[in-house]
Amino acid sequence: MNRNALSPRDYDWQPKPLTPDYRSSILRSPQQALLRIEGPSPELDGPVFESDTIGPLDSDLIRNYAAANGSDTDAIGPRIIVHGRVLDENNRPVPNTLVEVWQANAGGRYRHVNEGYLAPLDPNFGGCGRCITGDSGEYRFLTVQPGAYPFPNGPNTWRPAHIHFSVFGQAFAQRLITQMYFEGDPLIARCSIANAMTDPAALASLVGVLDMSASVPMDCLAYRFDIILRGRGSTPFENRLEGN
Amino acid sequence: MLKETPSQTAGPYVHIGCTPCSAGLTGVYPADPGASITADAPGVRIRIEGKIFDGANAPLRDALIELWQPDGQSNAGIWLRKSTDLKTGVYQFDTVKPAARSGPPYVCLWIVARGINLGLHTRMYFPDEENGPDPLLKQAGPRRDTLIATRPDAEEDERDTGFPVYRFDIRLQGERETVFLDI
Ligand SMILES: [Fe+2]
Repeated sequence: MNRNALSPRDYDWQPKPLTPDYRSSILRSPQQALLRIEGPSPELDGPVFESDTIGPLDSDLIRNYAAANGSDTDAIGPRIIVHGRVLDENNRPVPNTLVEVWQANAGGRYRHVNEGYLAPLDPNFGGCGRCITGDSGEYRFLTVQPGAYPFPNGPNTWRPAHIHFSVFGQAFAQRLITQMYFEGDPLIARCSIANAMTDPAALASLVGVLDMSASVPMDCLAYRFDIILRGRGSTPFENRLEGN
Repeated sequence: MLKETPSQTAGPYVHIGCTPCSAGLTGVYPADPGASITADAPGVRIRIEGKIFDGANAPLRDALIELWQPDGQSNAGIWLRKSTDLKTGVYQFDTVKPAARSGPPYVCLWIVARGINLGLHTRMYFPDEENGPDPLLKQAGPRRDTLIATRPDAEEDERDTGFPVYRFDIRLQGERETVFLDI
């Protein structure tokens, strides 16, 4: 199988490992330079996910947890569609790739054993969702807008409302975990995690924009968030490492 | 050219999205993706386990680690995903020994967690293989040992589990910081 190398990653655009304003990075950031791998490598391939492994409610966070627990009641919170396309840096769609999301409920509370925030759980909201991108790289989730929440970083530090995204692409080296913020949220500018990147355009690219054209009248608003994965360069390799 | 979407930390609750079944969100998905290999995956059964240590030598108990490797005959890729244990920090992959490629066999690993702004790629080699000529290990120079698993309790493991257990600890900082890769 021919697998071109990926275009080199722009490490000035990506967040640096050590961003001291985000306290958790202090002890968890590697200090040595990354070792550059040239030539064919197994990370230029990656796992393939079949769309038949995805359940019909998996992308509906308003219903998926409630339904799994025998409830007919929807999750509480502002109903929103979050949608967009997964593309690569060459503006090519990335179809058939797994997109996973997780988020706090409308009150800013996660359903997690280590979570201690005083906002209540919503018995009808779990907070996970997933889908496989379509032929044009498109994905779509139905969910409730998550609330902001405090986190133990400084004396009074809050995360802006956000949805965590995990995306695979077609190569293990394209693997990406990120967060989508919401247009107009004044907490974005105050958040050390959101501001881990130095280029303001990098942060701007993480902000989902209100998309009235995708909203549903008398039902829900919509936010659009496109995700760009690393693109393939022009050097083909004969990759004998994986058979799939 | 478009710019790659910037990475953000997976945060402490990555389990909700990536390993929901083992994090108490049962019923939404039938199983966690990448929880186990298929029963017919060809190759010798092995276990890979270890901890991920921060700069204060404390194990990360909220990390997610993914594995990518060929099966024992290079027929297909194997992808697995585990969270580190919420109490002990141990991660554990039950897999097969990967087929050798042009050089010695290895598995690819990817780590995310709270405090890690950009996911970390590394590789794990096996202590019982001819690793000498491998170009990456050569390139790693004096840090090559951070990429090679150990078998501290080889005899005990075989007796207790019936298959080899490879220990691979990952260090994010310090004198023995693991070699991380730019691919
Ligand atoms: Fe979060």
